[in-house]
Amino acid sequence: MDWLNAVIQGILLGGLYALFATGLSLAFGVLRFVNLAHGDLAILGAYLAFSSISTFDVNVWATFGIVVPIMFAVGYIAQRGLFDFTLGEDPLPGILVSFGLGVVIQNALLVHYSATDRGLSVGSLATESIRISDDISVGWFPLIILLVAVGLLGGMQLFLSFTPLGRAFRAVSDDRDTARLMGIDHRNLYGLAMGIAFATVAVAGIFLGSRTTFAPAQGPSQLLFAFEAVVIGGLGSLWGTLLGGIVLGVAQTLGNQIDVDYGWMGGVLLGHLVFLAVLAFRPAGLLGARS
Amino acid sequence: MTDLLNVDGLDAGYGDFQALFDLSLRVAQGETVAIIGANGAGKTTLLKTVAGLVRASGGAIRFAGRDLRSLPAHKRVGMGIALVPEGRRLFGSLSVRENLLIGGHTGRRGDWTLEAVLDLFPLLKLIQRRSSATLSGGEQQMVAIGRALMSNPRLVLLDEVSLGLAPTVVKDLYAALPSVVSGGMTAVVVEQDIEQALSVADRVYCMLEGRVSLQGRPDDLDHAQITTAYFGM
Repeated sequence: MDWLNAVIQGILLGGLYALFATGLSLAFGVLRFVNLAHGDLAILGAYLAFSSISTFDVNVWATFGIVVPIMFAVGYIAQRGLFDFTLGEDPLPGILVSFGLGVVIQNALLVHYSATDRGLSVGSLATESIRISDDISVGWFPLIILLVAVGLLGGMQLFLSFTPLGRAFRAVSDDRDTARLMGIDHRNLYGLAMGIAFATVAVAGIFLGSRTTFAPAQGPSQLLFAFEAVVIGGLGSLWGTLLGGIVLGVAQTLGNQIDVDYGWMGGVLLGHLVFLAVLAFRPAGLLGARS
Repeated sequence: MTDLLNVDGLDAGYGDFQALFDLSLRVAQGETVAIIGANGAGKTTLLKTVAGLVRASGGAIRFAGRDLRSLPAHKRVGMGIALVPEGRRLFGSLSVRENLLIGGHTGRRGDWTLEAVLDLFPLLKLIQRRSSATLSGGEQQMVAIGRALMSNPRLVLLDEVSLGLAPTVVKDLYAALPSVVSGGMTAVVVEQDIEQALSVADRVYCMLEGRVSLQGRPDDLDHAQITTAYFGM
């Protein structure tokens, strides 16, 4: 029963990882841009929510309405004002610039908020759960996070598949120059894609901040999990991102369970091992295109 | 006849590599102009520079009297210039139908609707939902041409339509060209297949190493002249 419970909790945890990974997957899929500041942006989102609560005296749910549009705009501006200049054959300038941006964000947060752990409160929702059986219960809040992740990814897939703008996104990621020949302004589309990436990672950050505490330097570890989720699931596949998040979540909870029963293991460690195994035996990811 | 496209002393290239040297040519409204030349002559570079994918370093490009130099590629489609790129360059994530629809992205109005394009290439009606990655070369070329037509251009640039295709397929494609240009469409056809180029063109330019080496009406040019201009002997 412990194992089944571990798997269920892992799936729920995977929802949060999938949310984190979505923005990374989108940025890489559309722009071929590896955003090393991704985790720090999530933490930034959490801090913006924190400040919104104290400034406007609202609850966490209202902060989504404040922080998400702000982060979307920040993402658009960051793309057109900064990342655009690094795009080219060589991925290195983009990596360096995003790394630098991450450092700047971390330090700015440290200066402004200090290193004290903060948290966002969802009240009693944090501990309420649905009882499935004697040994298994599903927390309401983790379930909501998973549903939001599925909803967001599903919505994005629908958008990409069935709208003219979504079609333009797919065309730009297939072949940027030929997309320009269709009259598509790729700079604008890149801005929108990055805006969406920043917005979704802000959602993930607010959820993270409500699930656990957060501090300025926490970005990189979140980046690592998002990165692993994207690689496990497969680059270029939105459902792969969901699957990758869930596989990682389950690996981590199972790893913890193994540690409890037998020792010698750890949640995060098993997650890394699964990540390495995917890289070794199926580098394109579980749902990635075989090329 | 008024000139629709006027290229004047054009220099263009890729980074340090210059591909076009002081190149001039003109295309009148309603004309079909063929550009022939060996590999590396700069034909594709010329079309890409007109379309805006390659930046000109000198000279001028005028379309319907307007200087294109400062206009980005995605705005040139809106003005009525459509390029059918070398190698087809279909969007792999999009179906045949979606490839055609995205050709109409700019929303330019005209005779070339999706229905009209499908009537031009009836074969495409059957494979509309197929992923463009699964098509044969000839089918891909039809989609690429159809996609360009969907923007209802005034000038269509066709880059090596015959590349990698069987002769019968090439014949079928060129059989569709009269329907394309019948409405007064201006066309520039880059071709390696000289016979094909001469048979469809009102005028021909031959390029060699980034320059124009010969120009004239197909009837006025003889085989020896073309060979000399083509190979530079």
